[in-house]
Amino acid sequence: MTTTIDPPERRETAVDKLRNGRAAVADRWHHAPRWVRWVLLAAVIVFFYALPNKEFYQYLGPIPTPGANFTQVLFTVSIYVLLAVGLNIVVGFAGLLDLGYFGFFAVGAYTVAVLTSPSSNLKTLWPWLLVVPIAIALTMVSGVMLGTPTLRLRGDYLALVTLGFAEMIRIAAVSSTFLKGQRGFSEIPHPPGKYADGRPFFGVLDARPYYWLVLTLIILVVIGVRNLTHSRVGRAWISIREDEDAAQLMGVPTFKFKLWAFASGAAIAGLAGALFAGKQNFVNSQNFELLNSIIILAAVIFGGSGNIVGAIVGGGLVAYMIERFRGIELFGIELYEYRFLFFGLVLVIMMIFRPQGLIPNRRRAAEFKDRRKEVIVGE
Amino acid sequence: MSDTEQTPAVPAQAAAPAVETVREREPLLEVDHVTLRFGGVVALNDVDFTLYKGEILGLIGPNGAGKTTCFNAMTGIYQPTEGQIRFRGEKISGKKRHQITRMGMARTFQNIRLFPEMTALENVQVGADAHHKTSVISALLRLPRHWKEEREGREKAERLLEFVGIRKRMHEFARNLSYGEQRRLEIARALATDPVLLCLDEPAAGFNPAEKEELLQLIRQIRDQGVTVLLIEHDMRLVMGVTDRIVVLEFGKKIAEGLPAEVRDNPKVVAAYLGVPDDAA
Ligand SMILES: Nc1ncnc2c1ncn2[C@@H]1O[C@H](COP(=O)(O)OP(=O)(O)O)[C@@H](O)[C@H]1O
Ligand SMILES: [Mg+2]
Repeated sequence: MTTTIDPPERRETAVDKLRNGRAAVADRWHHAPRWVRWVLLAAVIVFFYALPNKEFYQYLGPIPTPGANFTQVLFTVSIYVLLAVGLNIVVGFAGLLDLGYFGFFAVGAYTVAVLTSPSSNLKTLWPWLLVVPIAIALTMVSGVMLGTPTLRLRGDYLALVTLGFAEMIRIAAVSSTFLKGQRGFSEIPHPPGKYADGRPFFGVLDARPYYWLVLTLIILVVIGVRNLTHSRVGRAWISIREDEDAAQLMGVPTFKFKLWAFASGAAIAGLAGALFAGKQNFVNSQNFELLNSIIILAAVIFGGSGNIVGAIVGGGLVAYMIERFRGIELFGIELYEYRFLFFGLVLVIMMIFRPQGLIPNRRRAAEFKDRRKEVIVGE
Repeated sequence: MSDTEQTPAVPAQAAAPAVETVREREPLLEVDHVTLRFGGVVALNDVDFTLYKGEILGLIGPNGAGKTTCFNAMTGIYQPTEGQIRFRGEKISGKKRHQITRMGMARTFQNIRLFPEMTALENVQVGADAHHKTSVISALLRLPRHWKEEREGREKAERLLEFVGIRKRMHEFARNLSYGEQRRLEIARALATDPVLLCLDEPAAGFNPAEKEELLQLIRQIRDQGVTVLLIEHDMRLVMGVTDRIVVLEFGKKIAEGLPAEVRDNPKVVAAYLGVPDDAA
């Protein structure tokens, strides 16, 4: 008995230290005067709006990426941040292990492609802006359709079904003639808007406007998500993550709120997909590898699931690190080729120091044991 | 010893009217010949009793007698194999768990089951949310309903934390509370759902005599506010001290029912508890 009790205790202290460290930072933040918080927040936002300008980032030392256009990288990173914020609702708050989140991104991107591109069979050629709300709505619908049968199940089933969903979308993209496979959709229109001299604001060469657009939407989405998490909805989500049975018995309509978590997460992914398609001009089946789902999940866990700031930082860092590896050679091999080894390592380290990161599995396991104790031993 | 002298006083007062009027009183919960099997195990065997509005009913019995299973059947976790349970005249079976809660039944757990990574306040707010209507749209757009319910829920939660005596700890994570505080928090969370019937599953487990006495006081106060209480308890003395009537289970069967004094002297009950050391006796 004592040997089994010892190791968890030691781990507890390491975890506690980390928790307390984060708590201390959060504490200082929450106890800072209101104006200090606003000034800091404003400074961070201004920094990120300024970041894609060469006049600014050239002074930032090693931060700009050597192997890729830095503003392009920033756009990619911003899309990942948006995705991490969305997945964090599902995994971090509601505790639902969604392994196929990127599938919703694909639904968003393909909706835009099919309805706007001249290569589409539909030939609707609608403008981008009109299609964005349609893409979001369709992604939400696909989230509800996937969630309705599966969210009644618990734990591992959901992980499997979502994994299957993303793979299904990918295979449909590869092999269906309607979705054009590798050939893809070209000439997807850009977002509207012109400079004073008539040049389009959202052009082909300059990635900055797209990045600014995504950054602005991230801010709006974060405000929205915060409104949700600081309300009955967020409490319901967290209570489901913490103990689904107890939540039901305290009057939480758990199925309804799980579905909402799924639908909100999907909507954000759909928005990200629509933004991606609008920038990329071209969408084909190669954009939607399964690995992307795993990367976003890793980002959410890395940042500390159930924490909006954590998801932003996690998504940003993970996506940035991947790009930062480009163009750096180690023993003659580009470090970029090692990127997934790096993720494996990060995940292993996270599991050691922040095992509560993967809350759904671990807590469910512990809960299951508790329940058996309660019903079977009666003590 | 002083509490043993006090305790007969309370049921004596309550017992006198209870005997005459119990039949005329409004039944709140009817457990109607319920049998519940788990494979070969008969956890409940034709259990039949009625709980009347305003009383404190004790559900006692040795370990494994089926008390927790009875709660689980009442709150919709298990469906009875035979028989049925009616709450406020409506059948429980087929109802969702959160609907049963909204009908006015709330419970605590033998193994504490709080939301560990939520604060004490938030735990109680979840309970208060049982009757709230705010959903994604009102929360997202911060509509007036959100603000109104948020304010009400918060006030109610603070009031209940004060009532169970842990208001000072309201911003603490539930997992950081002491054992006794967690038990109290469970009661506050259950009360926040505005129950007509509060089911407490061994709420005093692991308490010392002083803490038990405080809990007794709390249970009486809850009843005095018009909440009917169903109390599972091992400690016979505690049960005698606070309940109006007692139902005794053994091996899933009801072996006795009646006033505390009757039950205590019932030879079957004595036999069931015989050999169970002082903790339970
Ligand atoms: N889910 C279950 N599966 C199998 N047996 C169970 C289950 N739940 C309870 N039991 C059995 O039912 C009996 C009553 O258990 P319980 O209601 O927990 O007793 P008590 O709460 O009175 O101590 C025990 O024999 C227990 O093993
Ligand atoms: Mg029990």
